[in-house]
Amino acid sequence: MEVRDMDAATSLHYTFHVHCGDFGKAGDASSRVKRVLQQIGTGPEIVRRVSVACYEAEMNVVIHAHHGMVTLDADLQHISITVEDEGPGIEDIDRAMVPGFSTAPDSIREMGFGAGMGLPNMKSCCNELHIESVKGAGTTVRMIFENA
Amino acid sequence: MNGEMSDVGSGLTLRQVCDILDGEIICRDEFAEQYVASACGCDLMSDVLAFTRPGSVLLTGLANSQVIRTAEMLDLKAVVFVRSKRPDERTIRMAEAIQLVLILSPYPLYESCGRLYAAGLGGCQGITSS
Repeated sequence: MEVRDMDAATSLHYTFHVHCGDFGKAGDASSRVKRVLQQIGTGPEIVRRVSVACYEAEMNVVIHAHHGMVTLDADLQHISITVEDEGPGIEDIDRAMVPGFSTAPDSIREMGFGAGMGLPNMKSCCNELHIESVKGAGTTVRMIFENA
Repeated sequence: MNGEMSDVGSGLTLRQVCDILDGEIICRDEFAEQYVASACGCDLMSDVLAFTRPGSVLLTGLANSQVIRTAEMLDLKAVVFVRSKRPDERTIRMAEAIQLVLILSPYPLYESCGRLYAAGLGGCQGITSS
């Protein structure tokens, strides 16, 4: 494990706003998460996994929701990313986890996303993935990464 | 961009990549002596996010800001835009900020990839099971 600039008693908590519907700014929150993790000396392999998973989750919020936040929590043992949105919700989470399943419109696919790989990618990057969704209200995705 | 792979050794420098493609470096020319040992040719950013090694070069036909963000998340060293598709100024500035080299290749995706592969630049992995 990398030496980190936190002692055992400290933990980090950051919240970043997601610019829903603004594809020019999509990824800003994940970029900030990445910079914070690099600044505290997190190992590059973990930084990459967290960044990729966070970016996929952020893209989903930008594509589907009208309000969203990314929260980063980190301590010596774990990094957690919580992505909450107000939006349409996921109708069938099991189906959404199947690689290739997507409800994104063609305009999103033309940008290189919406191929139905987002949730499977997130799952393969993190140690634990928890999804709660209420149809018509919104979705919360929580990803835990073991920081070792 | 701090990839985990060594900067020295096998592979090609980004300058060589550019020359093989008869291309043009449009961003961060000063980092063109870095080595890359693998490449990925893809327009689906989710596939790139799933399968691309850090320190690679990405070849793509897309020229939007999400390509730069994808490269950032993966610690890629360079992006080659095929068929000389030039991204807009804002996208180039994003790449500048993360010290990402951008190259324009006049060739289409298949031919750009083929030229680099023939020059010894391998892919990011072998056959995928998914």
